[in-house]
Amino acid sequence: MTNAIEASGLVKRFGKTTALAGVDLVARQGTVLGVLGPNGAGKTTAVRILATLLRPDGGQARVCGYDVGRQAHQVRQLIGLTGQYASVDDGLSGINNLIMIGRLLGESRGRARARAAELLERFDLTEAAQRPVKTYSGGMRRRLDLAASLVGNPRVLYLDEPTTGLDPRSRTDVWGMVRGLVADGVTVLLTTQYLDEADQLASDIVVIDHGKVIATGTPDELKDRAGGQVLEVEPASRDRLDRAAAVLASRTGAAPAADPESGLVRVPVADAAVLPVIIRDLDEAGVDLAEFTLRKASLDEVFLALTGGRRPSDDGQPGGDGQPGGDGQPGLLHDNDEIRELERSPR
Amino acid sequence: MTAATLPFAEPAARLSPLTGLRNAFTLTWRSVLKIRTNMEDLVGLSLQPIMFLLLFTYVFGGAISGGTHAYLQFELPGLLVMTVVFATLGTGLMLNQDINGGVFDRFRTLPIARWAPLGGAILGDMVRYMISVAITLGFGMVLGFRIGTNPVSAVAACLLLLTFALAMCWASALIGMLVKTPQGVQMYGFLAMFPLVFGSNLLVPSQTMPGWLQSFVKVNPMTGLTSAERGLLTGGPVGPPALHSLLWALGIFVVFAPLAVRAYRRRT
Repeated sequence: MTNAIEASGLVKRFGKTTALAGVDLVARQGTVLGVLGPNGAGKTTAVRILATLLRPDGGQARVCGYDVGRQAHQVRQLIGLTGQYASVDDGLSGINNLIMIGRLLGESRGRARARAAELLERFDLTEAAQRPVKTYSGGMRRRLDLAASLVGNPRVLYLDEPTTGLDPRSRTDVWGMVRGLVADGVTVLLTTQYLDEADQLASDIVVIDHGKVIATGTPDELKDRAGGQVLEVEPASRDRLDRAAAVLASRTGAAPAADPESGLVRVPVADAAVLPVIIRDLDEAGVDLAEFTLRKASLDEVFLALTGGRRPSDDGQPGGDGQPGGDGQPGLLHDNDEIRELERSPR
Repeated sequence: MTAATLPFAEPAARLSPLTGLRNAFTLTWRSVLKIRTNMEDLVGLSLQPIMFLLLFTYVFGGAISGGTHAYLQFELPGLLVMTVVFATLGTGLMLNQDINGGVFDRFRTLPIARWAPLGGAILGDMVRYMISVAITLGFGMVLGFRIGTNPVSAVAACLLLLTFALAMCWASALIGMLVKTPQGVQMYGFLAMFPLVFGSNLLVPSQTMPGWLQSFVKVNPMTGLTSAERGLLTGGPVGPPALHSLLWALGIFVVFAPLAVRAYRRRT
């Protein structure tokens, strides 16, 4: 079996609202499937169906070959879920929450305790182990919830916006954890509003909007589909910025964006054949180059094209603007982007 | 990558009844732990009976029985009933919080018996009822209450109370699952319980009440239970009132347990 999750034609209505209007999802075993979409797109509904918490009104879903409706008991032995709202018991201490789950999964008292201690250590909660969860901060609750979903060593893990509201460091930790699990063969279905998160982790992406799949593919395929490539030119001297922009404009026919702050000129490129000409023209115009880069459009740009201007990360962006290491910084996304560098010294 | 290379066992097709029972006990352990860690619950559980005992004994004692000791002998069995019946409200409250708070989502993604969270909550509540009974009886004895029968009857009195509570808590569970908020549970719970608790012979003899009320008091399950408690703790007829309350307990259970289970299945 190569697909850990297979869902087809999932439909779910709540009263008059259609949350899912026929969604297909496939997650290959041992990979991360990123489900991307704005708030209210239907991401959580899809996850709840796959986690046996909701019955679909139409369509069917299988996890490791087991039907989520008729074979829910088998499915529950294979999955772990970390929801948007931490499903932990406020009245119990952190360690007792995890022991409880271990015991429910049939572990002996000693093993449940040992596993709980190990997970608390891994999620940096050892110090708070004995405190009631209601005294935890939001980030600590999230981490405990993640730990809780791992007690049973799930084969398939659902992470429903696992990093929403986390600080950048905790986010990176979660990413590291996801990579570790995938390396161990776990399949992860990750919903997120953050493009960089999907770009970082997912090998396949499904974009959902208004309960429908509007695009699927690898991050690269999506970027290709939504508009090709972007040329970035950095003149060695900032006062050559305007001259560089003029060259790019005349050769591509598009309006370049010159950013005096970063010293970069950006322009979409439809055909890479034009690059040698541009380099020659720049040289003739006396523009020495510090950088000359052709990269794929970012997922951000893809998303804008797909959803007609609604960015998925319009609200609740953690880190916020101007925070060092924040996630909203375009630089971070581009640095980690699949960059096809064509850096060449002219001639 | 193929499934064979993964270190995972194939999932079992169904759950054995024994596992279900184990799940329920684990969740009972959880309920009991929560009593210990939740100070407010613990304080309420212990202070409320003490407050009732002090107030009713010293405020009503002289007026109703001409003396506090005589009244204490009369009211304590009734107060035991009252405390336990009020304590059953906790079942509804806890289920309500669990369902709205998200921890039930966790339970439902685990391969456990579906009834286990409900069973665990109710079994755990039995411990709470025992605490209320012990405190009421203990503090009553500090104030001067004396068991007029024998230890066996006293134990039987406690068991009868717990049996009745076990039936009543299903009604509470139903309210807990139908109502949206804990405040709603409190309100509907008290609306249902006050007429039952006070429209009975629990705190006063019913002879002075108007005829129509007396006929209500006569069928009220609290009356039979209170009379049986009096018989078992201070002497007097036991058989007919005990039968009356047991039949009521059975009736309440038969009606409310399936309704509660149905509501539980809908909500979870």
